[in-house]
Amino acid sequence: MRGHEPRSSSSCAACKLLKRRCIPNCIFAPYFKSDEPKKFAQVHKVFGASNVSKILIEVPEEQREETVNSLAYEAEVRLKDPVYGCIGAIAMLQRKMFELQHDLAIARARLARYAANSSAACSIMHSSAACSIMPFSEPPAYDGFLNSFSLTSSEMNQDGQMYDYSQAPYIIRHE
Amino acid sequence: MNTRCAACKYLRRRCPSDCIFSPYFPPHDPQRFASIHRIYGASNVARMLQQLPVNQRAATVDCLYYEAQCRVQDPVCGCVGVISLLYQEIHNAETKLAKTKAQIALFVDSNSAREDFEVESDLNVLLHEEGNEFAHLGPSNQVSFGFT
Repeated sequence: MRGHEPRSSSSCAACKLLKRRCIPNCIFAPYFKSDEPKKFAQVHKVFGASNVSKILIEVPEEQREETVNSLAYEAEVRLKDPVYGCIGAIAMLQRKMFELQHDLAIARARLARYAANSSAACSIMHSSAACSIMPFSEPPAYDGFLNSFSLTSSEMNQDGQMYDYSQAPYIIRHE
Repeated sequence: MNTRCAACKYLRRRCPSDCIFSPYFPPHDPQRFASIHRIYGASNVARMLQQLPVNQRAATVDCLYYEAQCRVQDPVCGCVGVISLLYQEIHNAETKLAKTKAQIALFVDSNSAREDFEVESDLNVLLHEEGNEFAHLGPSNQVSFGFT
């Protein structure tokens, strides 16, 4: 006679969705609580439970919560934007960063002009006094986040287009 | 004999003529599909592509590949780490911009103050000179000309 296994009322969200018994050392249980079913549902839809399990097993236990959070974020964004996912957000942030660098360069140039004029006026009015010019540093070169991520040569699609990942936005929209 | 796409080679299956992967996983780049398969799985990717118009699938695969590579290199944060870094850099740049604008404002204020001072000095000189010119008229007449 088959033994009756009582359904655990404390099954994690993953095991509930996967309709399986939630074992005591379930790898998903600490991170996918039963009161957050949507979180695992999204992660499972994008990555798949087995892939998530493999990723979690690869990382140290103390980093698994952060891993789950980043997977959940990626999955949510991917479901909202099935084409570009997080890359859309990255491209938008890159654009914002370039605009800010541009504004910063203009502001610093303007400040330099004011400082130069002030220095000239000071030297005329107070020839013996020391005029302080507000120092400013050169804006740091923004190489773009993709420089820190090594890609294997250039990315080409079947049309032979070259993707320049150092420019933003680098997504070529196929319309 | 048709050449199998990288996906079908990886999955060790026949590559049909209407293979959903073949336009985006050419056989000369096996690592592309391997990365995506490792993170997302073939069935998930096939489902994602099937749900999209054909003209959006190439961009989708490119983005999936990039995200998969990020996740392979950084299993904890994936491409979310890149997003966090960008947010941090934007915050730093905004702070620098605000500081620079504040410094500019100081110069503008000091220039305005100097201009006001110069205008007032010139006016005082003018008043003094014209006051001397009309001194013989007496105080009341000076007031009538607008001098206080």
